[in-house]
Amino acid sequence: MTPWLEGYELVVGLEVHVELSTATKMWCGCATTFGDEPNTNVCAVCSGQPGALPVPNRRAVHDATLLGLALGGSIAPRCRFHRKNYFYPDLAKNYQISQYDVPLVTEGRLEVEVERDGELVTEVVGIERLHMEEDTGKSLHLGATGRLHGADRSAIDYNRSGVPLLEVVSHPDIRDPETAQAYLRELQAIVRTLGVSDARMEEGSIRCDANVSVRRPGAALGTRCEIKNLNSVRSLGRAIRFEALRQVQVLDEGGAIVMETRHWDEEAGVTRTLRRKETVTDYRYFPDPDLVEMTTTSEAVEAVRAELPELPAAARARLAAAGVPRAQAATVLAGGMLGLLDDAVAAGASAPAVANWLAGEVTGQLSAQDVAIEATGLTGAHLAELVAMVDDGTLSSTMAKQVLGAVLEGGGVEGPRAVAAARGLEQIGDDDALGAVIDEVVAANPDAAAAVRAGNEKAIGALVGQVMRATQGRADPRRTNELLQQAIMAGEG
Amino acid sequence: MSDAALTGMGAAALADALRAREVSTREVVDAHLDRIARHDGVDADGDVWHARPSEELGRDDVHAFLVVTAGSARAHADDIDRRRVAGEDLAPLAGVPLALKDVLTMRGVPTTCGSRMLEGWVPPYDATVTRRLREADVVVLGKTNMDEFAMGSSTENSAFGPTRNPWDLDRVPGGSSGGSAAAVAAGMAPLAIGTDTGGSIRQPAAFTGIVGAKPTYGAVSRHGLVAFASSLDQAGPFARDVTDTALLQMVLQGHDPHDATSDPMPRADLLATLRDGVAGLRIGVVEELESAGCEPGVRTVFLDAIATLERLGATIERVSLPHAPYGLPAYYLVAPAEASSNLARFDGVRYGLRVDAPSAEAMNAASRAAGFGPEVRRRIMIGTHALSSGYVDAYYLQAARVRTLIARDYASAFAHVDVLVSPTTPTVPFRLGERTDDPLAMYRSDVATVPASLAGIPALSVPAGTAEAEDGSGPLPVGLQIMAPLREDARNYRVAFALEQALGLDPDPGAHGGPRALPLARPQGGAG
Repeated sequence: MTPWLEGYELVVGLEVHVELSTATKMWCGCATTFGDEPNTNVCAVCSGQPGALPVPNRRAVHDATLLGLALGGSIAPRCRFHRKNYFYPDLAKNYQISQYDVPLVTEGRLEVEVERDGELVTEVVGIERLHMEEDTGKSLHLGATGRLHGADRSAIDYNRSGVPLLEVVSHPDIRDPETAQAYLRELQAIVRTLGVSDARMEEGSIRCDANVSVRRPGAALGTRCEIKNLNSVRSLGRAIRFEALRQVQVLDEGGAIVMETRHWDEEAGVTRTLRRKETVTDYRYFPDPDLVEMTTTSEAVEAVRAELPELPAAARARLAAAGVPRAQAATVLAGGMLGLLDDAVAAGASAPAVANWLAGEVTGQLSAQDVAIEATGLTGAHLAELVAMVDDGTLSSTMAKQVLGAVLEGGGVEGPRAVAAARGLEQIGDDDALGAVIDEVVAANPDAAAAVRAGNEKAIGALVGQVMRATQGRADPRRTNELLQQAIMAGEG
Repeated sequence: MSDAALTGMGAAALADALRAREVSTREVVDAHLDRIARHDGVDADGDVWHARPSEELGRDDVHAFLVVTAGSARAHADDIDRRRVAGEDLAPLAGVPLALKDVLTMRGVPTTCGSRMLEGWVPPYDATVTRRLREADVVVLGKTNMDEFAMGSSTENSAFGPTRNPWDLDRVPGGSSGGSAAAVAAGMAPLAIGTDTGGSIRQPAAFTGIVGAKPTYGAVSRHGLVAFASSLDQAGPFARDVTDTALLQMVLQGHDPHDATSDPMPRADLLATLRDGVAGLRIGVVEELESAGCEPGVRTVFLDAIATLERLGATIERVSLPHAPYGLPAYYLVAPAEASSNLARFDGVRYGLRVDAPSAEAMNAASRAAGFGPEVRRRIMIGTHALSSGYVDAYYLQAARVRTLIARDYASAFAHVDVLVSPTTPTVPFRLGERTDDPLAMYRSDVATVPASLAGIPALSVPAGTAEAEDGSGPLPVGLQIMAPLREDARNYRVAFALEQALGLDPDPGAHGGPRALPLARPQGGAG
């Protein structure tokens, strides 16, 4: 039972489309670059010219296999491609090459971490299948509104036509919006770890549809609605919540749920009917006669399995064992910073200290400046150096943050030590240098010194402040305090 | 050498004369262009000649070509001559002219597929077949007429009017590659390329008294062949004799990375065993195809051909392909099903005919209704129905199962015999208009050719003699179909060559005395 649904249980299954980041398209040699001028990455094959034939992209099949194995699925020894026939202007051939009866991957699973009552717990979501298909072009409606309705004319950009896509279909195992969100985030983390996709929702390189239904606990599955246009992890959660409440309301009012596709309106925060399922096209699936059966051997599958890197779940377990708090570990993994952490540890830093920096200050500064971690040139060695400089008192934590900022800004060309030296940001811990400043401060403030000597402990604060000002904050506060005490007491005689 | 002599010569003979520098490529090409200009009904003007509109064509115009690329053919010819003079080592068929079916793309030359639907489309790329021909310095004279999107058995389904049979200009040349077959039979080109989905090379070859071969599926790349039924389509050669046909197939075949169904095996040598004869070969006569409604005249020619092969030392056995009678219905489900999907891309959005309408959907519908002819529309509807939910199992999938059974029938038959034979067609060429109102009668023209297509095996039609039509007119050509196991195309050529040598038939339609025949120019005797 779902607590906020008053007597109903929420049931969700997700269909996630992952656009592979192969250099070339699924069936031709065109580039897959995002954001190029319309119709510049287009050839006879992906624009559906008469006589052009598809030839499978081996890399895409490899990447699909890799993701299938990462999800614990079985790889079909023989599988084939079907044609899904429907007319749509952005579909160059008016059929999409997809997989139908025999997908490349079946029966996987995904373990996700969900926060419940302030604690992270593990949930398992089953994966029914993963199949390969091709992306379509993109319709552009030119005119006042930018939508089909009221547009002066329409244009089509086929740059995306034929880009390899993987569709990952979950079982309806999800019982709350948080698990759905965690599933999507986890899948994003996995494809990024594998390097098979950028998985950027805002660029459409990962897209998610949600099948939502509600039922009385123990009853058969309710009629589902498919929610489209979910453009972020946040909208996925909001849309599921709205849709569940809508369905419960319909049922409570004695109505019935109609199987349909619904569109999530992000601004209004509601789902709306897009099309009814009973009028949906008959796709007339049949095996694509331009392609031959794809076969693989268990040896070939094992060779791909051997390429699997450490996956997020294993990394989480490892970080936990190293003493990294779960929340910080999650941030490090989601930010694609595990490699940095491992490099820093290899360079001698402690995992919790590095994780603290990565999950805190590094993440904070990156998001404030809206830059990607890869663009900064930050290395594990830099991080290890930074942690060591704080540990040995060379940098105060305030200065360390400034040093980090400078390293990020400088594109990682100079490490923390070089940056600190160049900008004079190292702490002055040297007794001779600090002593000279302190002697001046004590001499210039005889009243304060006298107050300290008279037992007013707090009076020393003003003197510390003077030393800090004089050193532009570079004085080691603890050592300053000690030396000040000595100097004041020595001045007594 | 006179023009008439040149247009009567075969490809190998022309190649020899060219190699010996007895004649230039330019002279050969000009002679053929001249014959086209005189007999084909084209406006022979400038670099690109267009066929005249069908209503302006005369009863004696063959109408084999839709477009004649006279300028580029002459330029290619001059280039070959220059290189020959410079002592360059040229390919075996360098300088020999050829007619290309208008279903294969050639960069910069409009491809119509015999349809209004592709109006204005200029392909941005060469078909692999076209590229191979250019690399072999075979000179493309132009693009030939065909049934719209290769759907038909008479070339009457062309949107640009039918092609006439040089043996009797009131009869059809067969189809769908009727333009290519007629061009070769009429001496407008010694070589031509056709495509065969259910018999579209073999049946027109039989109807025009020439040789036509459907290679093993996958032997010739389909890249740039505008698809009718992808699992069946195969391009292949036409010529007036077996050797020329084999020489041309050698140019066409070979693995192509642009076609996932292309056979990666090394290409077969079709010439090595050509002259080995048939002594000791086991030849199977397919019972089901022999008795499939053959006209008596056709049957007589067929039995005579068998007797000839037996006399040459072959062993003749009767063989049964029990599922062959289901070939025709299975073919007319599988092929339209694939076509319904293959032809979906003709929607007015990216290229070809567009009839404007208020919405994309209405524009699609209006363009397709205006662009496709009745036979294409019929097959799209049949194919769409055959794939529809609720019917796909009874129609498309059932036909696919029959297809498997037919392939097994062939495999068992080939365990006992080396090749199989049948008449290529049950009848001699029929009259223009005779079957246009009866699609089923038209479909029955393919009864003997579709089983081999469904099995993917190589099959060839070679002239076996002539017969009178049932109304007593004629004589008209009759073809023998020879079929071999997958990748054993060479066996078909070997048997065909033996028969050709033994029969010594004259490929000249004029030599057989029909009143409406267009005589082929002969190298000797000054006729033509």
